[in-house]
Parts: sequence; structure tokens; C-alpha cells
Amino acid sequence: MQLKGAEILLECLLEQGVDTIFGYPGGRVLPIYDALYKYRDKLNHYLVSHEQGAAHAADGYARSTGKVGVCLATSGPGATNLVTGIATAYMDSSPMVAITGNVPVPMLGKDSFQEVDITGITMPVTKHNYIVKNVDDLAETIRSAFHIARSGRPGPVLVDIPSDVAMAISEFSSKRPIPAQYENARITPQKLNEAAELIHQAKKPLIFAGGGVVLSGASEELQEFAANINAPVCVSAMGISSFPTASDAYVGMLGMHGTAVANTLVSECDFLIAIGTRFSDRVVNNVSRFATGAKILHIDIDAAEIDKNILTAYSLVGDVKRVLSLLNPLLQKQDNPEWQTRIADLKTQYPQPKCTSQDLTGQYVIQRLSEIANPDAIFVTEVGQHQMWACQNLQLNRPRQFVTSGGLGTMGFGLGAAIGSAVAHPGTTVINIAGDGCFRMNHIELATAMEYDLPVIVVVLNNHVLGMVRQWQKLFFGKRYSSTNLHDKVTDFVKLAEAYGAAAFNVTTPDQVDETIKKAIALKKPVVINCEISGDESVFPMVPLGAGIGQFITKEAE
Amino acid sequence: MRHVLSIMVANNAGVLGRIVGLFSRRAYNIDSLSVGTSEDQRFTRITVSLQGDNNVVDQIQKQLAKLVDVQDVLELKPEAAIYRELCLVKVEANATARPDIFNVATVFRANIIDVSTKTITMELTGDLNKIDAFIELMKPYGVLEVVRTGLTAISRGAGKH
Repeated sequence: MQLKGAEILLECLLEQGVDTIFGYPGGRVLPIYDALYKYRDKLNHYLVSHEQGAAHAADGYARSTGKVGVCLATSGPGATNLVTGIATAYMDSSPMVAITGNVPVPMLGKDSFQEVDITGITMPVTKHNYIVKNVDDLAETIRSAFHIARSGRPGPVLVDIPSDVAMAISEFSSKRPIPAQYENARITPQKLNEAAELIHQAKKPLIFAGGGVVLSGASEELQEFAANINAPVCVSAMGISSFPTASDAYVGMLGMHGTAVANTLVSECDFLIAIGTRFSDRVVNNVSRFATGAKILHIDIDAAEIDKNILTAYSLVGDVKRVLSLLNPLLQKQDNPEWQTRIADLKTQYPQPKCTSQDLTGQYVIQRLSEIANPDAIFVTEVGQHQMWACQNLQLNRPRQFVTSGGLGTMGFGLGAAIGSAVAHPGTTVINIAGDGCFRMNHIELATAMEYDLPVIVVVLNNHVLGMVRQWQKLFFGKRYSSTNLHDKVTDFVKLAEAYGAAAFNVTTPDQVDETIKKAIALKKPVVINCEISGDESVFPMVPLGAGIGQFITKEAE
Repeated sequence: MRHVLSIMVANNAGVLGRIVGLFSRRAYNIDSLSVGTSEDQRFTRITVSLQGDNNVVDQIQKQLAKLVDVQDVLELKPEAAIYRELCLVKVEANATARPDIFNVATVFRANIIDVSTKTITMELTGDLNKIDAFIELMKPYGVLEVVRTGLTAISRGAGKH
């Protein structure tokens, strides 16, 4: 059938199973918005306050579901406003398709009004990108974009569509989407047997799970694997929720703010099995002092991650779920009593800190949230101290229950991502754990949550400072608190939230916490809880830059 | 250590930018780059000469292979490949100097492609060392301009790429 480019785009989205788009209109994307009006029964468009929010929402949608998130923006500033969100998705391998309008093809390259070279700008932060200059190429380009976004190691793909292409007519016929493809050719029986042999030789094995376990849906295989070889499991920030936190084998996060147990074990283990992780500098810290006593087996879908940051002795390149499901039957139950004793001793020496209701601290609030919220609740975070406390304290039992900006560390990510998660999971409690700095960046999306009646709860751990930066100033920059105090002009977040029409509560004492959380969850509407916490609290354990990962400090005095 | 990579890329708009962008943002240094059509109209061949240890080159190849437009990446090792570069050199040459320059050109099998009353322009092909040596020998006469294409390479024997 003959369709306009904009209609072909929307037909292709439907073909890919898309029913949700986050976006913001503008001049050069008008033809697409006109078609969206026609398709409004089939495609739900969520109008955000700022394009950055659309990108984060599409990302949150993708992270909480595993489906490809879609965002849409106009040319020029609309497109550039997406960039932070695209880069955030790229760093954490989140599948996303970003669509931008552009000036008509004859006007490209003439510095036309609201023209920007968005494919040039996003080249380093997308898996791939396209500008479609001929309407006849549009359908196949959109199909490729989705295929690339979800195949192998997922990531964002941008498609730039000049407005004349969106208006031009072409022949369209529907096609079934190609299923995501994973390159598994390198997983040979010989490689698997070698890996099993090495695992059997280990006396002190440790599993380190990253975001790849979540992305490939390999949580069950990982649990079976850990049980088979009787090894403890630590995670990267992106790996959180890949393994149930309540499990005896779980030893928490590894890295700069990792648990004392995980950081000690990685320094003592003789065999480290790293699964779906890229050995970020926030995990490794000092390359020459990381896991020095261990042989490393690295399992990842992306061949370029092998030996990129850490040289490994052994590797298996392929989809993590596939690798583990092939490896598990080859493994015999391992018994390593000395190692188990060591793990138990460390757990006794460094118990998971349980906050009492003496002080209103960030950790206390997070522990109460975790306790009170439905076990199915989705926790989203912004970036900073509150994020690390969330990583350390949340109790999680299923993958994709935790949404955080790991690689790029994007302040302002949380609220948009929470909106995307809430859209994808109607009826589920979605809690965005925020700091006051992050909340100030993108609270404008409260208007979006209100407009679409999305029951997102924002818990602002308000210390009136940029806590993580201030912590570094305190520990490493002689307490020179340069530009990290936010309290000079106190913003009243309760009034601010109420201005948006959201419910809002102030929490100033620990005894108000439980009751307020319960009330907020019961309201089933956008809520902001402003918790007044101390500005002097730090995140511990902490490994100073350059130190070995086992050289963590647990108190300021050290 | 010098490494030479031969990269087959789809003939899509912006593909050169993707390759060059990858090198710059991952802080890999390119010594030279030559680009041209290949035996297959759909693909362009890019030959990159670069410095780095084996780990770096291994990582570059893997990163390049991830680009959607990249069809194939191959390292052409010196023992299994022929390296060539085309160089155009313009030197000062009055009547007295001319015979000497002709002699050196003959030894290097350089072609004289332009002669004026004051200059001679020559073309020369060869690997890096030969061209460097030739330019060195021309310096006493007064090198006015050097234009080099950058290295290009092909595998020896029946080897593909």
C-alpha cells in the first residue's frame, strides 16, 4: 500500500511490537506527530516536559522490561536534548531506538533553522545511527534499527528522518520482525569443557555478575551455576538484581563502594568467574592490584570486552544465558570447606549494616523502603550517595527490579526512568530514590507523571549538598567545599511538588518514615517525600582512587 | 610497533567518520590512512597503518568489528603482505643539479613526472623505508613539497584481503 514516510515509520513500530513512545513535538517532526494523531488508538505517545526526560523514560521502559524503548524528538535542540539520555543508554547497553526529525534533505548542510548533524553528534554514543534521505529506504532502516538495538550486546540506535522524507509517499508492505541474534559460534564443546575443568580446579572460586546477566535473562542459570560450584556471588552496580539479595551466596556489590566482604573475597579468591561485565574502573579501581591471586574466566557477549580493561586467562564469548545453560550440565558439585569458612567469617566480621531508628539517615530510609514496599516494587535511582546506599541496602528478588545509571552516572536520570518503568508496569509501585541535587535537575517530569497519572514515588534524601562530590572534597580535597552546598537558597520541595499537583510529605524524624512510605504507596499517584538527612554522612566502605580494591576504608578517621 | 589493518566497509554515507571517530575517541594513533574502492562495488577498503602493542591492535580490531558498517577487519602482517605507498616529491633542480637527481631517481626507480626550469617532480612507490630514504637523499637539493598517499597493502600469494 502507498503510505507517507511518517505512516511507514509508525507501521514499522507496530510491526516491532511497539505500543509506547516518549517524545516531544516540534517543527521538523510535525509530519510524524500528524501521523501519530491518526494512529493514536494503536500507539500511546507520552508527552514529556523535556526531551532528556523522553530518552530516560524510553531507557527506563527498556531496562524494566527488556523490550526496546522508543523516544521521539524534533530536529536541532530537540535532538541534542536526547543526547545525554542516549549516552546513558549506550553506557549501560540498554536497547533503545531514538527517532529525530530533521530539516528537509535539500536544506541539510545549510545551517537551516533548528538543523543539527545529530548522526554526527551521536556517533560515539550509539550502537549505530542512520539518516534516511530516501523514503524508499525508511522501512528497512527502521527494521534494522530495532534489530541492531536488541541483538547481541543491546544498545541505542538513532534514526534521523528529514521532514520531506516523512511526507514523501512510498510503497509499504508489512514484514515480521527478525528475532534478536546472538553470536554464539565461539562457544565450542572444547571451550566449555576447558572452562568446566578450570572451575573444578578452583579452591576459592568467586562469581562476579554484571549487567549482562540481567540483559540476557540469565538470572536462573546464574543461580544454578552458583549452586553447582558452591561459589559466592558478587555483582557490579549493573549486576544488582541479577541474583537474589537474600540468597546465602550473595555477598553484595564489588568495587569502589562495594561491600567489605565482596572486596576482600575478590582479593583472596583463586578463580574469578566474571559474567556479563566489562570490568569498569569503578569495580577494578587499580588494574595492577585487582584479583592478583586469581585466574579469571570472562564470559561476555561482546568480544571487545575480553582483555579490554583486565587481561584474563580464559574467556567464553557468547550470550551469557546460552553459555551458562551449556556449562551447568558439565559441572560437578564442588566442595570447598575452607573457602566457605572464610566467607562465613567475613560475613560475621562485616555484617550488613542494619540501621536503627536513632537517626534519620539515607540508609535508614532506604532500608525501610525496601522493607515496606511490595516485594515486586521497582526501585529506580538517580546518581550519587543515595544511589550507592540503594545499591548496598535494597533487598531485591528478581531481575529488572533495579534501574540505575551505572556507566555514565547521569544525575537527573531517575525520574524519567521511573516514569518509563511505571508506564511499562501499571499497578506496580515504582520508587525513585533521589538526592536533592538530582531532583533539582529534572523534577519537571513530575508534570508528566501527573498528566498520565503515574504513581511514581520520589524519595528525596535531602542533605542540602551534592553529597558524593562533597564526600570526595571532605576526604581528598582538604574539606574545601567548592560549589557543593545547595542550602544557600532552600527550595521547598513539598511546595514544589504540590505546585505540580503531586502529593508531598516532609520527613524530619525517623519515626515519620514508615507511616509516610505506607501513605505514599497507598495514594497511587505521584508523590514526593522530602527526607531531611544530615549533609555530613558519607558512603562507606570506600576504596580511594589508585588503591587495591581490598584496601577499603570503612570510617572517616582511617 | 607498526601494524597494518585492512578494513572492508560498506559504502555508506559517513562510514569514514565512524572509523576515524573510533580511533580518536579510543585514543589510538593512526600513522596513515588510505581509502579507495575495492573489487566489490558495495565495499570500500580502508588501509590503516598504526603504532601499538599487540594488545592494543587486538582491541582496535575488535572495536572496529563491532561497527555495523564494517564487513571485515584483517591485520596484514609484514611477512605475509606487500606494503606500498605512493609519494610525489618536488625538488629544486637547476641545470647543474639535474643529472644527479636523475641518477638517484633511477636507482630508486622513481618516475620523473614534471620538469620545469627550476624544479623536478618525481613519483615513487614503495614501503615506508624506501620513500623515507629517497626523501632524505633529495633534501640536499631542496625539497619543496612532499605528497604521500599513506600506506596501502595487499596479502601475498593466494591470501584474501
